[in-house]
Amino acid sequence: MTLIPDPTPTRRPSRAARRARTAAGLILSLVATLLGLLLVTFFIGRIVPIDPVLAVIGERATAAQYAAAREALGLDQPVWMQFLIYVRDALTGNFGTSILTRRPVMEDIARVFPATLELATIATIFGVLLGIPAGVVAATRPGSWIDQLVRLVGLAGYSMPVFWLGLMGLLLFYGILGWVGGPGRLDSGYEMMFEFDVPRVTGMILIDTALAGKWDIFRNAVSHIVLPAGVLGYYSMAYISRMTRSFMMNELSQEYITTARVKGMPEWRVVWVHALRNVMVPLITVIALSYATLLEGSVLTETVFAWPGLGLYITNALFSADMAAVMGGTIVVGAVFVFLNMLSDVLYRLVDPRARS
Amino acid sequence: MTLLSVKDLYVTFRTESGIVEAVRGVSFDLGRERLGIVGESGSGKTMTGRSVLRLIRPPGRIDAVEMTFDGIDLLKISERQMRALRGKRIAMVMQDPKYSLNPVMRVGEQLTEGLRRRDGLRGAELHRKAIAALEAVQIRDPERVLRAYPHELSGGMGQRVMIAMMLIPQPDLLIADEPTSALDVTVQAEVLSILDGLVRDRGMGLIFISHDLRLVGRFCDRVLVMYKGRVVEELEAKHLMQAQHPYTQGLLNCLPRIGGDRGPLPGLDRAAAWAG
Repeated sequence: MTLIPDPTPTRRPSRAARRARTAAGLILSLVATLLGLLLVTFFIGRIVPIDPVLAVIGERATAAQYAAAREALGLDQPVWMQFLIYVRDALTGNFGTSILTRRPVMEDIARVFPATLELATIATIFGVLLGIPAGVVAATRPGSWIDQLVRLVGLAGYSMPVFWLGLMGLLLFYGILGWVGGPGRLDSGYEMMFEFDVPRVTGMILIDTALAGKWDIFRNAVSHIVLPAGVLGYYSMAYISRMTRSFMMNELSQEYITTARVKGMPEWRVVWVHALRNVMVPLITVIALSYATLLEGSVLTETVFAWPGLGLYITNALFSADMAAVMGGTIVVGAVFVFLNMLSDVLYRLVDPRARS
Repeated sequence: MTLLSVKDLYVTFRTESGIVEAVRGVSFDLGRERLGIVGESGSGKTMTGRSVLRLIRPPGRIDAVEMTFDGIDLLKISERQMRALRGKRIAMVMQDPKYSLNPVMRVGEQLTEGLRRRDGLRGAELHRKAIAALEAVQIRDPERVLRAYPHELSGGMGQRVMIAMMLIPQPDLLIADEPTSALDVTVQAEVLSILDGLVRDRGMGLIFISHDLRLVGRFCDRVLVMYKGRVVEELEAKHLMQAQHPYTQGLLNCLPRIGGDRGPLPGLDRAAAWAG
């Protein structure tokens, strides 16, 4: 008999097993969040003082018609059953029919969301490509004229209303100078060509025309997207440059920066390699959130530029009490947020080794 | 032969509430020997060390009558020339590897940065040198450490990596700024003996900055005692116990001794005159 405990050490799970566990955790939290999102939108749908039955059959229907429609919508079922039906519908992409467009909401969203996605993506690329360098340069020379300039440009970005900036942009670059295309995603002539000659793959004009090799339509689309993407990108840049500056100031005061300098590394390397890699860690979240905000669809920008995107769609639906469309749009916006959050979580792990272990 | 000569060094910070003098007229000469600088927090010892590397960030500024390293006037040379000195001939080990190593870079990448950027080494030779550098600081599994991130290393390991990194270019002068203060007591002795061995073998000059007077006394040839930005006493390490200045005596007396009496430790009596 022995009292010495078994010396076999507990084995550390392998790297693959740990990765699998992390991935499973992420997916589980994704599912839980999406379910929560559906729960919230479901109850909002019950609370709003709009009778979904009347919305479908109109106010002049008879009591019998009303009862039949109510049953068809499943509204005679208990609430938990209604929720299950709602979840099933949402999972199969059935958000009902829009009373405004008389088409399934899902079809509408599939048409308007790519327009917003295209705009938001290009705006975010603008914001990142200009905002990060501006913030870094400002942080390396605090108080200098260039720092003041970045601050001023950023402040203007924060404080100028988007519709004003958009209108002035249209007036100057489209109306007077004629450098860019006007409102809308294409000139009307090209719109017909796009409608009939270009197979729909992503719904994003730039990508679909490039895939089809229709470079004349592509160029026209570029001339239309430059200005709204520039306006939105300006806001994104203002935010990203401010955050980059403050993260960078913080990193530059760390000891590992002194280490890099002691090693005789040139200043550009200290800043753009040693510090920036650390700045990217918190910056990923900032960029993801700013991207998500743009994906929600900027109503004002889309209105000024007659951009047929998600923001414009939801707003129009809201004004016409088109609840199916509003709810469908809300779920898409919510899902986009959840998805981008998860993406930034994953990227965060890639950039920061401390978050991995 | 004098390696480093500092005369009347001042480090000043222009702040909103006036000018702060962190170092006020420090002078010393250093050969290929081990010089200790001792003092409490805020005595200016770290600033003295960093001035030699010209690593005082604005709004701080360095003034001195003379600051020469191996005949090179450190006050006159350009930033580019200073950078060449920093990487190659003067190095510094800092207090806490938790903060002084870049958290998002693998150890190997940080360790070999100088070899890659400055000497253009690549491939097998780069790898061989990196392994040799880690073996010199008695790291047993250098391959694993090269691939590790700093947060995956213990404090003692981290500090060995730091020492290895700084000694790769075979500098003539090493500034060690509280190199063991952040480490566990058990690891301190090990890291110190590694540092001591390398400094002796390679015949480097060493500036050892610490608040621990006894440690410095054991480890160095000569000791400067600093107080409020000035050197109040300079003495041979072996004569430490005969220290004249009341501040030095105070520093010696305020350390507990194993087997000593358990009464309260004496605090430091500060006379206004010391600050001069």
